[in-house]
Amino acid sequence: MGMEGIGARVLRKEDKRFITGKGRYTDDMVVPGMKHAHFVRSPHAHAEIKKIDTKKALAMPGVIGVLTGKELKADGIGNIICGWMIHSKDGSPMKMGAWSPLATDTVRYVGDAVVIVVADTKGQARDAAEAVEITYKVKKAVISAVESLKPGAPQIHPEAAGNLIFDWEIGDAKATEAAFKGAAHVTKMDIVNNRLVPNPMEPRATLGVYDGAEDHYTCWTTSQNPHVARLVMSAFYNVAPENKLRVIAPDVGGGFGSKIYIYPEEIVCLWASKKTGVPVKWVSDRTEAFLTDAHGRDHVTHVELAFDKDHKMLGLKVDTIANLGAYMSLFSSSVPTYLYATLLSGQYDLKAIHANVRTVYTNTAPVDAYRGAGRPEATYLLERIVETAARELGIGADELRSKNFIRSFPHQTPVIMCYDAGDYDASLNNAKKAADWDGFAKRKAKAAKEGKLRGIGMSCYIEACGIAPSAAVGSLGAGVGLWESAEVRVNAVGTVEILTGSHSHGQGHETTFAQLVSERFGLPGANVSVIHGDTDKVQMGMGTYGSRSGAVGMSAIVKALDKVEAKAKKIAAHLMEADEGDIVIENGELKVAGTDKKVPWFQMALAAYTAHNLPSGMEPGLKEGAFYDPSNFTFPAGCYICEVEVDPDTGTTKIVQFVAADDFGNIINPMIVEGQVHGGIAQGIGQALLEGAHYDETGQLQTASYMDYTMPRADDLPSYKVSNTVTPCPGNPLGIKGCGEAGAIGSPPAVINAITDAIGNNNLTMPATPLAVWNAIQATK
Amino acid sequence: MYETNYHRASSVADAVKLLKKAEDPKILAGGMTLIPTMKQRLASPSDLVDITKISDLSGIKVSGKSVTIGAATTHYDVATNEKLAKVCPALCSLASHIGDPHVRYRGTIGGSISNNDPAADYPSAMLALNANIITDKRTIPADKFFKGLFETSLKDGEIVTAIEFTAPAKAAYSKFPNPASRYAMAGVFVAKDKEGVRVAVTGAGDGGVFRHKGLEAALDKKFDASSVDAVKVDAKGLMSDMHATAVYRAALIKVMAKRAVTAAG
Amino acid sequence: MSKIEMTVNGRKITGECEDRTLLVNFIRENLGLTGTHVGCDTSQCGACVIHVDGRAVKSCTMLAAQANGSVITTIEGLADGSTLHVVQQAFHENHGLQCGFCTPGMIMASVDIINRHPDGLDEATVRAELEGNICRCTGYHNIVKAVLDASKKVNKSKGKKAA
Repeated sequence: MGMEGIGARVLRKEDKRFITGKGRYTDDMVVPGMKHAHFVRSPHAHAEIKKIDTKKALAMPGVIGVLTGKELKADGIGNIICGWMIHSKDGSPMKMGAWSPLATDTVRYVGDAVVIVVADTKGQARDAAEAVEITYKVKKAVISAVESLKPGAPQIHPEAAGNLIFDWEIGDAKATEAAFKGAAHVTKMDIVNNRLVPNPMEPRATLGVYDGAEDHYTCWTTSQNPHVARLVMSAFYNVAPENKLRVIAPDVGGGFGSKIYIYPEEIVCLWASKKTGVPVKWVSDRTEAFLTDAHGRDHVTHVELAFDKDHKMLGLKVDTIANLGAYMSLFSSSVPTYLYATLLSGQYDLKAIHANVRTVYTNTAPVDAYRGAGRPEATYLLERIVETAARELGIGADELRSKNFIRSFPHQTPVIMCYDAGDYDASLNNAKKAADWDGFAKRKAKAAKEGKLRGIGMSCYIEACGIAPSAAVGSLGAGVGLWESAEVRVNAVGTVEILTGSHSHGQGHETTFAQLVSERFGLPGANVSVIHGDTDKVQMGMGTYGSRSGAVGMSAIVKALDKVEAKAKKIAAHLMEADEGDIVIENGELKVAGTDKKVPWFQMALAAYTAHNLPSGMEPGLKEGAFYDPSNFTFPAGCYICEVEVDPDTGTTKIVQFVAADDFGNIINPMIVEGQVHGGIAQGIGQALLEGAHYDETGQLQTASYMDYTMPRADDLPSYKVSNTVTPCPGNPLGIKGCGEAGAIGSPPAVINAITDAIGNNNLTMPATPLAVWNAIQATK
Repeated sequence: MYETNYHRASSVADAVKLLKKAEDPKILAGGMTLIPTMKQRLASPSDLVDITKISDLSGIKVSGKSVTIGAATTHYDVATNEKLAKVCPALCSLASHIGDPHVRYRGTIGGSISNNDPAADYPSAMLALNANIITDKRTIPADKFFKGLFETSLKDGEIVTAIEFTAPAKAAYSKFPNPASRYAMAGVFVAKDKEGVRVAVTGAGDGGVFRHKGLEAALDKKFDASSVDAVKVDAKGLMSDMHATAVYRAALIKVMAKRAVTAAG
Repeated sequence: MSKIEMTVNGRKITGECEDRTLLVNFIRENLGLTGTHVGCDTSQCGACVIHVDGRAVKSCTMLAAQANGSVITTIEGLADGSTLHVVQQAFHENHGLQCGFCTPGMIMASVDIINRHPDGLDEATVRAELEGNICRCTGYHNIVKAVLDASKKVNKSKGKKAA
């Protein structure tokens, strides 16, 4: 490893612009003639639109256009779709209801977009939006997923009878039943996974620019995957063909899943730009973000875990209802199915698993992937029930886990996934040591003297990252392939540009991707630029989510670097009249091994472009591209331990220590990986202690601002003890697994296990707010 | 925000004049509540009269036990005033926990009490300290000033210019914040002086800030945290929302009262 | 309409805007200084924190007209030419930022925190003082480290004992 190569704690190249206020986000973009949009949104959770009158609004000062869904439809703009087909267990396809970017007949959640107003200023657009008169016939709404399935519940989409989207299963029901029959002990739980609002600090924004002369559209947007945005808007929404649509995702202020999807606003602003003849910018305010960003989680589950007399796990039964909200968002169907139930084996050698998942419509914001997406739900379920079982069986939570660990690889689980590598004992031992697990009893006694309830909780998570092998996901219903592409351009002076289809919105790709080049060619990081986020610059890409930029995105870069290296060696060998097999590249020089002959990197690059003296038949230039399609998912895993002190008088929980012991395979930049873990843990603790989206029974979102939705703040959180062990991933050339979501996946059960341990009541639902914990304590009295 | 007209008053008299002239004016002090409310279009004053640049509205005077604080004095200035800290540290401590550092630089004591948010901190201090609210027209005892949710006895166009009180022998404020907004979900200000003990509760009452006679009586007998145990704090009349039920708030009031008494020493 | 005159990052500027214009919008749209961000509507996230007359305030909760005549520093004016401010440098060296959106407000708030604590800072104080700034990426771990680091460096340069 060089100073800036693989494994080095290289400081981030991208920092400078952010710490000096020179970051460029979508809302910072200004183009000549740009005007501002405001969306008129439904104030009702469920209503028929009887009439839309735009006359008054059109007459307001500064107003350029007031456009409705009827006009949008008349122009042939298509409905928003979910791109992953799931079939119910009876073989029928999922029941997808129509989602028009602007509602025409029915609104189905508070925030559903109905009309766009374009005006000279933001203030004028909002003034005029208030003058749009919409007559609604309010219908009964249903908010809870469980209620939505009951007979007589309001029908939300005509396509989905009884609001059921699909009734899907995985695993072997018969084998699982048989396993339970022979069980010595069965633990049963009902578990709620609370609905969350992702809340990247940069609210969504888009700027649509139509160029009439070229019949061309440019879309600036806050996207984690501009190429997917372009693909979907071209292929499905009929905005423009791909060659006439450029999507740019400049600096993006966090995503966490919520910026994967194509939302109505991008589509409508592009269309409105053509319609009004002016560039149209829309910037979400925070309340709109709460109302309309795709939410995460929201599962209700009954789970049972069977053990034999030696505490070996025999089988797992899961019955889940997942709330997908009012419409099916882009990846919504995959989250509670293939990203969830396929991880239900956890780190354990479970012989039989059966999971049934029903997804339903409700009159709430659409639900889709949020950091972890399905895997936090699976981990929470399993790690809560394992901990509960340990308490019931009177055996140590660590011991019960360890007794059931998978120890030989590859390991085929009963739910599709085949784990390639791991060492779960190593993580467990690492975490226990860091947390001084054995010293807990003493600390608990000391806290008790001070009137505090101290508890400790553990969680051993596994996740599937590196999304995803295209053929495999294709066979499971994905509408796209999940490869990644990269291009490596060596310029004539030897500097290097990496073009990647991944997108960085905080992950530090400009630094870590450059480290691959430094490692390979010994070039300083300053000579390497990473280019992403613009469909005109980068040919293809699938974007960043599911911790895929490392395992998939970087693997594509490695493949392209292989090609560059091969050609560079050929050129160097020709220049030095040596055998290309003898060329080694070190410290920015191409050398003939065992001699003092060498050519500096820049000289080789220059030779490639002057083309005065290239091997016969070789094309000039040095630029190579590659697509990488993974052969398997990757399986990061780890053990998290949380220790809390609860104030019994107020129900306040203080996290006194949080330990994360992960296995991400090989690590390119430990500093950045640790940062990813920190952020993930904060979101996981947020889910466990603070965050919960709450609708009232009429469908009004009660937590629509930071006044009521508790965002984790610095004083809510501790410093974290983060460490890792390494089992390299055998499935990709770098041996890396991915680290973006682990923190959010592993932490919630550790926190709740710790609190329930502290208060002696296992009946506690997230978020464990002071009120919830105080109530749980009162229930023990 | 709807359109509005901004005026900067040069004196209290000027402010009064500006308020009279306007159709539907509001006084703008720190703006920490008013501006967010206007941004959400929940308030639409035709005119804003900024009183923060009126020099004699800001500042803290301490003379013996007697304290006067100008209405436009910021929370930061109250929190960090050394003279005030000597006679009534409880008020400094209260101010140092309002909102966040940025809010404390802008928010004012006059604005806070005039707005009388049921979860604001200052109203409890005013009640417990038996403070007088001084306006451009009169002096109003705190007991008569706070009328209910966001309601005070201020008349249209009346401007709070200062508050005054005599520092008590002992005082402390203990707050349990709403986890999201960090406003008080139950805040208890306890003040003990020769005349007796006054206990005011904010963040919990259905009708805004109130004095708790039961706690006052018990603490009058013995100013000790243990005195709180036997007091019944009724959940009836307390707010219930998704962050805290009335029963929980009732429990918190007792816990905060105990902590305040302990802190007061 | 309000006529605005203020000193921004050392430069005298004049401008005109509707009375309802928030200071943050004036800075971003009229002055083109887009480093100051808007992350919420309720004065809580702190992405908009700038210094007005030496104090860190939320520019989304102030009218431009209220700041008329003031001296303002935004994130763009913090560095001394190409030399980063010690707090900017500390955020870089401690990986105190990821997506960068909260960072300008976080840095401006941190400068103020350090100014108000000339005798040094401890972790609990830094966490409490960051109450008005929300970050969704870093889990605050490295932000806290960065502020402590910067505080030590500031005190060292002043010859004070770092707490």
